[in-house]
Amino acid sequence: MKNSVPPSQAGVLKNASARSILAALICILGGLVVGFLVLLLLTVFAEDISVAEAFSGIVIVLGGPFSGGSAQDILFQMGNMLFQSTPLILTGLSVALAFNTGLFNIGAAGQYLMGAMGALLVSLSIPTTVVPAAIVWILALLAGTLLGVLWGAIPGFFKARFSVNEVIVCIMTNWIAANIVSWVFKSTGDRFINVAETKVNFIRKTASNGVATATLGLDKLFAGSYMDISLFIAILIAVVLYVILNRTTFGYELKACGYNKFASRYAGMNEQRNIILSMALAGGLAACGAAFWCLNGAQDFKWDTYLTLPADGFNGIPVALLASNNPIGVIFSAIFLKHITVGGSNLAAQTSFNEYVSPLIIAVIIYFSSFSKLIKDLLLRRMTKAQHATPAQPADPPPAAGPDKGAADEDAKTKEE
Amino acid sequence: MIFLIQKTLIFTIPLLIVALAGMYAERSGIINIALDGLMIFGAFVGALAALLLRKNPFFVDHNQLTFLLAMLVAAAAGALFSLLLSFSAIRLKADQTIGGTALNMLAPAIALLIIKVFFTKDMLEMERAADTSGTMKDFGFVILHDDLGPIGRIFFDKAYISTFLAAGLFVVLSIFIYKTKTGLRLRSCGEHPQAAASVGIDVIRMRYLGTTISGALAGLGGYIYIATVANGTASGAVAGMGFLALAIMIFGNWKPLGIALGALLFGFLKCLGVIYAQISIPIHGQDVYILRDLDLPMYFYNLIPYVAVLIVLAFTSGSSRAPKAEGIPYDKGAR
Repeated sequence: MKNSVPPSQAGVLKNASARSILAALICILGGLVVGFLVLLLLTVFAEDISVAEAFSGIVIVLGGPFSGGSAQDILFQMGNMLFQSTPLILTGLSVALAFNTGLFNIGAAGQYLMGAMGALLVSLSIPTTVVPAAIVWILALLAGTLLGVLWGAIPGFFKARFSVNEVIVCIMTNWIAANIVSWVFKSTGDRFINVAETKVNFIRKTASNGVATATLGLDKLFAGSYMDISLFIAILIAVVLYVILNRTTFGYELKACGYNKFASRYAGMNEQRNIILSMALAGGLAACGAAFWCLNGAQDFKWDTYLTLPADGFNGIPVALLASNNPIGVIFSAIFLKHITVGGSNLAAQTSFNEYVSPLIIAVIIYFSSFSKLIKDLLLRRMTKAQHATPAQPADPPPAAGPDKGAADEDAKTKEE
Repeated sequence: MIFLIQKTLIFTIPLLIVALAGMYAERSGIINIALDGLMIFGAFVGALAALLLRKNPFFVDHNQLTFLLAMLVAAAAGALFSLLLSFSAIRLKADQTIGGTALNMLAPAIALLIIKVFFTKDMLEMERAADTSGTMKDFGFVILHDDLGPIGRIFFDKAYISTFLAAGLFVVLSIFIYKTKTGLRLRSCGEHPQAAASVGIDVIRMRYLGTTISGALAGLGGYIYIATVANGTASGAVAGMGFLALAIMIFGNWKPLGIALGALLFGFLKCLGVIYAQISIPIHGQDVYILRDLDLPMYFYNLIPYVAVLIVLAFTSGSSRAPKAEGIPYDKGAR
């Protein structure tokens, strides 16, 4: 009996990763095809756009920073793309972590705003003449993350204590956060708001207080872009999260609650605690992403945000979905999404189309991915049925999560090419 | 006071119609998280229709007719767009939350892409247009009758025909889902589709029906929102009204009367955030602006509806009666 398990499981593993790659690739391809068809359709209706422009358009989008022009421009766009991927990786991790516990964290936008507020308040109010800038940087990062942890815990608490759907609570906390952030910065006046420049919608850059993420010359390497080391910290966080989810008891408990909270309660796990912890950690991750973005030192933060929510908060959802909620996959899917987004702005600069093609393609990819999982499941069911015709040995969840990593990893790589 | 009630009504109507849209989908068993996206799409197509119609002077003369036609187009657009959701959720048994999220992202992307290509700006305004006599006229569908006394003025002064249309639709659809055979069948598919199928009800058809009605209502609600609340501007966003409607649906316990109550409450709270500085109460013959004189920032009033939703949900969650089969793809063989 024991001997028969490893080979059959290895077969399933191999095919599962192949299935995941295939499914994600189909989704991406589908998104690109639909995007292209939309461009073609637009050329039919708009007289001043030629059909050829639709072809070059989709190539520009797909090229991302590489369609930026000269070598210098490409390097510059590449550096900015990598820097902008940092918050997206972290909001993606936030959504992916919650998904692993069976929760839909649509509140990353609010958690992101709270994180930005925490980081900005601390980094701009502690004078670097008294406290070393590096300490202020760490304190600001911690403050932002902590606010996000608290903010994420709210939907977790409502879910665990009152069994209120977390989607609704997340959306409410998003708008509450947006108003609180505007309120706080409005009431503190020009202590934080950048009144020196003519545009007063923004908070002062943290570099004005000497606080900025170390760049180690990366900004120079990428032709004066915003690139700093935060990307590598984000990647490290993703790896740690992967280990926690797949190699620790705590991670196993989180996932068990996601699969079946009644069964996990029966098995002696505290499912209420796990739900709250999962959402709190998710909130911390999203907020940490915002803190990295603000602490770069050269970024403008729009404080009067009560009518809009940050796009990076919502884009964490497609990032996580495309990566099948695998932390390592999130790194690649976040970079891929930014790649397409940069391609979109190049498209707007070079053709008569505009940057909204990128969110359209991303939305279509997510639409397809909503049923790609189903195709994968159907394939899996058929295969396991054939393989385990005699010994009824279901593949258990934790090993099955392994292949997803490889899969998301792989398909992200193929995207990069 | 009359002003406050009029304003409350204006904010209530889109919330009411869109929350009812959510109810129709969920009662048939499909979670419709895409209400926001459907509103955005309906608003965009409706505004486009109104803009094109108003190129013809006849339609500038007959403002109310244009408004009605645009609402019709918006509803049709919402219904069509919702087919994307129902197809993936019903035929392909996809994850309904993810499918809905995709629609929420897709709607603003499509709207803004098209608006920017054809109008080279980020929003679509229903502009001034010339009528048959050549004078330029604003879009604007208000009915003005300030000679009707207080009660009459509440309903017929500075009123929109969309208000009457929506109120009528609300009554008809509430009766439809509770008092007709089809309504009963639709509800049964949201509770126990297998049992419904066992007595010969076509679950798939009922779910398509529920989601399509939902899409039409949400599209209509989106257009009403931009035409009455947002100054006739379709900008690829409806300020989270679709999500607020979703919360109202849960607050109303998936029942029309509860939804009406919730929509009124949140319509009132939402409009308070906009007009709090203009509310006056006559004391000793003088108008006293209580809320303005409190000197609280606008953000405080903006927060109230969202905090209220949380508090209400915390207290009412125990008696929540969500349709039992919502969100679960229909599987004939399941028990």
